[in-house]
Amino acid sequence: MEYFNIFVKGIFVENMIFAYFLGMCSYLAVSKTVKTANGLGLAVIFVLGITVPINYLLENYVLQEGALTWLDPDFATVDLSFLSFIMFIAVIASMVQLVEMIVEKFAPALYGALGIFLPLIAVNCSILGGALFMQERQYPSIGEATTFGLGSGVGWWLAIVAIAAIREKIRYSNVPAPLQGLGITYIITGLMGIAFMSFMGIEI
Amino acid sequence: MGTENTAITPKRESLFSKKNRKLLKDPLGDSNPITIQVLGICSALAITVQLQQAVIMSLSVLFVMIGGNVIVSLLRNLIPDRIRIIVQLVIIASLVIIVDEVLKAYQPDISEKLSVFVGLIITNCIIMGRLEAFALANKPGPSVFDAIGNAMGYAWVLLAVSIVREIFGSGAISLPGMGQVKFLPQDWFISSGGFYENNNLMILPPMALVVVGIIIWIQRSRNEALIED
Repeated sequence: MEYFNIFVKGIFVENMIFAYFLGMCSYLAVSKTVKTANGLGLAVIFVLGITVPINYLLENYVLQEGALTWLDPDFATVDLSFLSFIMFIAVIASMVQLVEMIVEKFAPALYGALGIFLPLIAVNCSILGGALFMQERQYPSIGEATTFGLGSGVGWWLAIVAIAAIREKIRYSNVPAPLQGLGITYIITGLMGIAFMSFMGIEI
Repeated sequence: MGTENTAITPKRESLFSKKNRKLLKDPLGDSNPITIQVLGICSALAITVQLQQAVIMSLSVLFVMIGGNVIVSLLRNLIPDRIRIIVQLVIIASLVIIVDEVLKAYQPDISEKLSVFVGLIITNCIIMGRLEAFALANKPGPSVFDAIGNAMGYAWVLLAVSIVREIFGSGAISLPGMGQVKFLPQDWFISSGGFYENNNLMILPPMALVVVGIIIWIQRSRNEALIED
């Protein structure tokens, strides 16, 4: 039940886009058509599902105060958490590179769909954001951290596919000229955010 | 402005030459990182509930941008092209760690409120974008101006959004070191028999997007050349 709760919370209540504005740059830039938005969204789910557990292990067995005791009991006072930014971003950048190579080798069809988006993802705020929220919230086990990663990935995918669908339709509406494109996208995202706020406080 | 300077030392470019002024001025208006280039929104909007957070965030971004631009610009001929993204990320991440440690030491309350968003300066697209587009191809001098210009362009949008949200949402203004100043008299509020109520919607995250949308609307109706088709 705890897993389901974290998953649903990640999608709706603590949605990466509508509650924290993470990954807004690619959200705004790649949401012109549903097809590409879908590809990027799937890639984000994939990468979040991989990097959050890896960063969880890193946080709990290397970076935290006393995390290195498995090496030697003398390390109980060592606190490397000031290194977490640089470690997380290095893990994310190298994992994205690795995933890109693996997907290219073993699943060329998937590579065709995700390929161009994978390099973009290394600098997508939602990936680093996922790692940093994982660190802040102190999930008790790696299973819960992974569920959180997948849940927020699905939330991000949902948000970008929804805005892409709206943007495809809004082309036919008579939007005031200065608001066209970027401006109206911001305002629609704001309205969608207000709608998503109705999920706030849901406990399953 | 720089005519005297250029007359004395004709070969050296003056500090406020036309080119440098353009580097400083353009990002404030017609190529603003947030409203026109759509960069760096990720960490920008979530911290605009209060002015003091926005001020601290802007200063942090200014520091990281100048540092990153100068370092990358100095190393631009040494960085191999294939691994440049990772090199840039490491440089930015080191600068952000410095900012984070300084904030934790001197502004612990604000550091607490900014939570993960200081760390997210690393993936702030403005910084990566300027390193890629400018610092990798230019000398350190112009890179500093480019960094200041873009950080200022980022800052004014951030400050404008946070001022609007804080005035209407909390009826107050806050600055680092001063705390929150409530300037509306207490007996205006409905709770003490008055007529005024704070608009709590403004404190909620979605309103940041709507306020930026309105800023874009104003900017583009003043300058029709920026309108998208």
